[in-house]
Amino acid sequence: MSANVNHSLPLEYQTEQNRLNILGFWIFLGAEIVLFATLFAVYGVLGHRYAGGPTPSDIFKLNDVLIETLLLLTSSFTCGLAVFFMRQRNMKQLLVWFVITLLLGAGFLFMEIREFIHYVHEGATMQTSAFLSSFFVLLGTHGAHVTFGIIWAVMLIIQLLQRGLTPVTARKMFIISLYWHFLDVVWIFIFTFVYLKGMVG
Amino acid sequence: MEHKSKYPVSHVVGFLFSLILTFVAVFVALKMNVSYTIVMWIIGSLAIIQAGLQLFMFMHVTEGEDGKTNVINMAYAVFVAIVIVAGSIWVLTSGHAAH
Repeated sequence: MSANVNHSLPLEYQTEQNRLNILGFWIFLGAEIVLFATLFAVYGVLGHRYAGGPTPSDIFKLNDVLIETLLLLTSSFTCGLAVFFMRQRNMKQLLVWFVITLLLGAGFLFMEIREFIHYVHEGATMQTSAFLSSFFVLLGTHGAHVTFGIIWAVMLIIQLLQRGLTPVTARKMFIISLYWHFLDVVWIFIFTFVYLKGMVG
Repeated sequence: MEHKSKYPVSHVVGFLFSLILTFVAVFVALKMNVSYTIVMWIIGSLAIIQAGLQLFMFMHVTEGEDGKTNVINMAYAVFVAIVIVAGSIWVLTSGHAAH
């Protein structure tokens, strides 16, 4: 095994197994892009069928959406910092920034759930119109990904504390960082093609 | 691979640009007095630039010995995504108009 370890590379790239896992995760992200594309397509087709119910400009609130966007964008940045410090073998900074990432992610989820509850109280539910059905499915799928990411990250933090930085834990940390950045990429498109689009037209 | 710099320069730059792009998009969408089509083209382009920033400055898509494979994989996924979104909207809206 030791013959396959290349110490000139960052921890997460040092073994063949790690490199394959990272490549595999990129391919998974390619499939995730296509998954979200189908949901955006549904929203693009049905997003203006209100069935007499509320329209986007009736229910969307710029401030709340902007706070959600900034929380997720900042969490993507702090997650990048966590990996940056991991590559300097700085376990303490890695954990600090990774926990901040999680807190920002949890803040995002809190805002989003509050937003959904607010919509439902205004009579904008999944059953109201094709616009709201496709809206909740697209946003809900993204929110479910964030929820899953938080659970995953908590488990990874426990493992980092137990095992320290090894090629295996570094690879896991790197892969979850790819996942987390990807969720922010999806959000950029939700922010633009759902929220801003809805508030323009 | 990762720059050996002491400070996460590319992350900070990427973050600042993302913030600027987000606020420019909000400004263009809600404060500028131009047509809907122009607004959508501008904010759509800003979104693509910002996604690219995340991909290159945060996710380092090109790094590692599989960097090229990653880029091809992402490019292909984006192509399929565009075909799905644009194709679905095109077929399902023009289909209604034409029958």
